[in-house]
Amino acid sequence: MDLILLLELAINGVFIGLMYALVAAGIVLIYKTSGIANLAQGALAMMGAYVTWALATLAGLPMWLSIPVALAAMFATGILTERLALRRMIGQPVIMVIMLTLGLEIMLRGLLPGIFGAAVKRLDLGIPNAPLFVGDLLINRAILIGGSISFALILASVFFFNSRLGIMMRAVSDDQGASWSVGIRVERAIAIAWGLSAMMATTAGVLWGSTQGVDWSLSLLLIKALAIAILGGLDSIVGVIIAGILVGLAESLATGILDPIIGGGTRDVVASVIILLTLLLRPHGLFGREHIERV
Amino acid sequence: MFYRRAGISHTRYQDERQIWPLPLDRFLVAAVFVLLLAAPFLVDRLYLVSYLVPWVIWSTAALGLNLLMGGAGQIHLGYGAVIAIGAYGSVHLVRAGVPFEIAMIAGGLLSAGIGIVFGAAALRVKGLYLAMATLAMQYIVDFVIIQFPAISGGTQATLQVPPVTFFGIPVTGDVAPYYVALFVCVVVTLFMLNVKRTSFGRALAAVREKDYAAAIIGVSTFRFKMLAFWVSSFIGGVVGSVLAVCYYRAISPDQFHLDLSIQLVAMVIVGGLGSVLGSFFGVALILFAPIVLNQVIGFLATELGLAISMDLRSHLPLVLYGILIIGFLLWEPLGLSKIYNNARNYFLVWPFRHARH
Repeated sequence: MDLILLLELAINGVFIGLMYALVAAGIVLIYKTSGIANLAQGALAMMGAYVTWALATLAGLPMWLSIPVALAAMFATGILTERLALRRMIGQPVIMVIMLTLGLEIMLRGLLPGIFGAAVKRLDLGIPNAPLFVGDLLINRAILIGGSISFALILASVFFFNSRLGIMMRAVSDDQGASWSVGIRVERAIAIAWGLSAMMATTAGVLWGSTQGVDWSLSLLLIKALAIAILGGLDSIVGVIIAGILVGLAESLATGILDPIIGGGTRDVVASVIILLTLLLRPHGLFGREHIERV
Repeated sequence: MFYRRAGISHTRYQDERQIWPLPLDRFLVAAVFVLLLAAPFLVDRLYLVSYLVPWVIWSTAALGLNLLMGGAGQIHLGYGAVIAIGAYGSVHLVRAGVPFEIAMIAGGLLSAGIGIVFGAAALRVKGLYLAMATLAMQYIVDFVIIQFPAISGGTQATLQVPPVTFFGIPVTGDVAPYYVALFVCVVVTLFMLNVKRTSFGRALAAVREKDYAAAIIGVSTFRFKMLAFWVSSFIGGVVGSVLAVCYYRAISPDQFHLDLSIQLVAMVIVGGLGSVLGSFFGVALILFAPIVLNQVIGFLATELGLAISMDLRSHLPLVLYGILIIGFLLWEPLGLSKIYNNARNYFLVWPFRHARH
């Protein structure tokens, strides 16, 4: 194994990890405000990519217009989901809420390919296909740009949590009852969290859709995002960045090194192994607050 | 009227503690059981093989999962993997010449053994984290089965199940596999009906409701969560071997993907958490609703000339599962069994509604 190849795998892995982390950031955002793990985050990413594709191809809008429109539509979708489904589940056991988001993911995974057709769609962002050469290193341009955009957005969400709205949402995540009693509209904060996280998912879906095409397999981003969210600690944005880089690195290196030995397929299992190891060794993740209810 | 309680006076404690204290319940169960026994002679071969057999087998699986989800309140998103372990384990044993009866039990034990390794995560974490652990289990087991040719026979391979006998009866043709599946289903159903009346079932209920409280009154949460995982995985493994021998007859890794796990969870939720009867209802709805829906859509497409694309038709089952899960969680979290119970409660005192308490 020569050094150049290893370095190449590492760099691409970091940027891929950051692109995964954008999906994970949405999960963390919802978990931070409402304590619900959104298993439909991958499906929301898929939906965002489908909507963008439909606006750009079926409606014929230019790309610079269709992405903002898709973002706005997905923000509304997120808010509607919270309003129509999640709000009615307040007070139900956590198993029920998890199942509800899982039901949402199943429905979306069937609905969107059903409506728009199951064939892989091409989403062209205008990023040139030619790889970037840095010395001897070969870097995928789409992944480089996607990873950078994701990193910027996750950083922006760190700053967002210091804004007025962000502080309100932090208060909600700390203690819903107390924030309610000082006049914070808890439901509104949670709805905004859902909307924002649907927008994050859309961005991630568009970035991934431009690299691998738009089809139902975008919803598989969920498992990587969960690995990142759990490794980083479910309520830490900084954790998402670090864990994203780690998961991307691990996945890329495992694919590069282990695949030739055992014959492929490691890419899909790395995330699962990370989830399991994290849960067994350090259930609150790297940066999460240690308040997980142990049994 | 139907469920009349008038004139039934229990004079012994045993009578009060019967599973079905009302004569009509007993009659209904007996009638359904006789119908199921006579089914091969009543219904067409096609319906027997493609409707009844899967219904019986999946109901057994749903019962096993229901013990864990409804009984102990633990979520499991990797039950398909548990079934896969049992299927592969027992098929390998059968191919090595081990009798089917022993291979079935061994498959169950294998599933239980591996299942509680992953269930061990349940001892440290719960709720959401347990869901993640079992989801990871699904992917890891899938990966191991596909990647190790010694287990699956290669990436694209299918393992043929050799002809087997069950207590001396060859499991071939259409009728014998049905009876084998029905036998296992009846055994599991009887177990599930009775488990709630034992100390084990009571302990599980205590752990489900509040584990701290259970620990305080002396129920070892560690022990009973482990046991719940063990028993449930054992049933899953047995179902896996029945599924392989009686229904698929040749197994390949793609039969046990995440979709199967999700389908099973949907069955349990739609049917009703913790309800034996509900498991049967839920399986029937989840298995047959897509078929009916597809036929309705096909009818609409051909007779009324509606343009419905193949893509939409092939994805309708997924949409339907999703809608069923969401709908039941929002409007009837206790599932179909609760709907049945409501009707039953209504008829218990019909037409004297004011007598209901």
